[in-house]
Amino acid sequence: MEFIIVKFVLVVVVFLVSLGIAAYSTYAERKIAAFLQDRVGPDRAGPFGLLQPVADGVKMFMKEEIIPTHADKGLFILGPSIMMMTACMTGVVIPWGSTLIINGTEYPVQITDLNIGILYIFGVVSIGVYGIMIGGWASNNKYSLMGAIRASSQMISYELAMGMAIIALVMTTGTLSIGEIVKQQQGMHWNVFVQPLGFVLFIVCAFAECNRTPFDLPECETELVGGYHTEYSSMKLGFYLFAEYINMFISSAIIASLYFGGYNFPFIDQLGLPHNVLTLLGTLIFFGKVFFFIFFFMWVRWTLPRFRYDQLMHVGWRVMIPLALFNILLTAVIVLWQNGQFN
Amino acid sequence: MLNQNLPFMILATLSVFSALMVVLSRKPVHSVLYLIFCFFTIGGHYLLLNAQFLFAVHIIVYAGAIMVLFLFTLMFINLNKELEPHKSNLVKAAATIVAGTLLLVMVSTVTDTGNIFPTQVSQNEVGTVAVLGKKLYGDYVLPFELTSILLLAAMVGAVMIGKKNTES
Repeated sequence: MEFIIVKFVLVVVVFLVSLGIAAYSTYAERKIAAFLQDRVGPDRAGPFGLLQPVADGVKMFMKEEIIPTHADKGLFILGPSIMMMTACMTGVVIPWGSTLIINGTEYPVQITDLNIGILYIFGVVSIGVYGIMIGGWASNNKYSLMGAIRASSQMISYELAMGMAIIALVMTTGTLSIGEIVKQQQGMHWNVFVQPLGFVLFIVCAFAECNRTPFDLPECETELVGGYHTEYSSMKLGFYLFAEYINMFISSAIIASLYFGGYNFPFIDQLGLPHNVLTLLGTLIFFGKVFFFIFFFMWVRWTLPRFRYDQLMHVGWRVMIPLALFNILLTAVIVLWQNGQFN
Repeated sequence: MLNQNLPFMILATLSVFSALMVVLSRKPVHSVLYLIFCFFTIGGHYLLLNAQFLFAVHIIVYAGAIMVLFLFTLMFINLNKELEPHKSNLVKAAATIVAGTLLLVMVSTVTDTGNIFPTQVSQNEVGTVAVLGKKLYGDYVLPFELTSILLLAAMVGAVMIGKKNTES
């Protein structure tokens, strides 16, 4: 019973934190865009415009709900629902912190440490594309359909390279559980130093999977009006936009835990602080890393222009996949050499 | 007894229902979506058998990749009532007989199996990644490698067929 209560509290906290961070990412995005373009950005709602996400949310809810007459109603509603659901599902396998000791019992600050954690994330990500495809198709609009088709081909192409980047990481860590991978990176033994090429491949693919610039062709305004969500209005549109920010937050968290040590930080053992304080400090540092990557996502968005569609496919199939294969080969050789197989 | 089998019963009902809907839906896209749902319920059966790796790979490969391609193709060709191919009665009769025979074989297999409820399997470790990997790369390394060569050949063949014919 106690087990269920603890897990329930964790799930609710992770869910609310994801939503809160996603909401404030929209604000951060506009502030960072303004900063990079030498503007002020939103500053009317509340001090420094801090209430802007609330105002946006209220606006989304109050807007008129329009379902096109030729749309497939059931699927039209299913699209954004799948998008939102899959965005929220990935948070369960991420280790947000080490363990907390309360009354002598050790509680991990992670909802569940599946021994197939990485595969679970892949599964959820590969389902996520249905949200865009179903929504785009159900709208019965040529631009939406084009956006949906672009999204699916882009996601399939980059999922391959992403998987191969992860395979190299799994070869060095020897486990598929994310909790275990983070534990191995104690102190400064971060995987980014072991797998620099893998990390670059992974972050590029993460950009593509989140449909962020320079890979935001599914919603390319200059060609496709609004892309797959052209026909959407009110909170359904809100779900699509919001899911993108949740995905960005979760991707940042995955990058931070797989390659940047998760809740580990240098000199973690030399501080001599109690276990619980260290855990809380680790969680704070983990969120610091996550925020840095969210900032990085935005920084890239407001710096680089969008790719052309053929360039996107070219990079995906002719650059990313061969590089990922090379990385696997290199990693395999080095792992064998370290194990003394060549002596 | 009933309580233990409840998850299996729910999943099985959903599998059969979604499989039927694949055949009965009027729109091809709905059929594909029901098929995806069917894959998920089958994935659930794998989880009941404690085969987590198989579950994850099943979802990633079937629901996540192959069905995306199906949906993708269907969206492109945009099937509708006017374009629906009509088959002659002879073909329909032949298809019914073939499907009926297959059903007969399957039903006879199931009745021979005896107890179909997976009651004791949750203790086995066969489905976990570590055990599966050791089995695949230990006892079954030759079939495994042969399969991968077969897949590679199929891939090369697909690329060759898909290539534009530059000579003509």
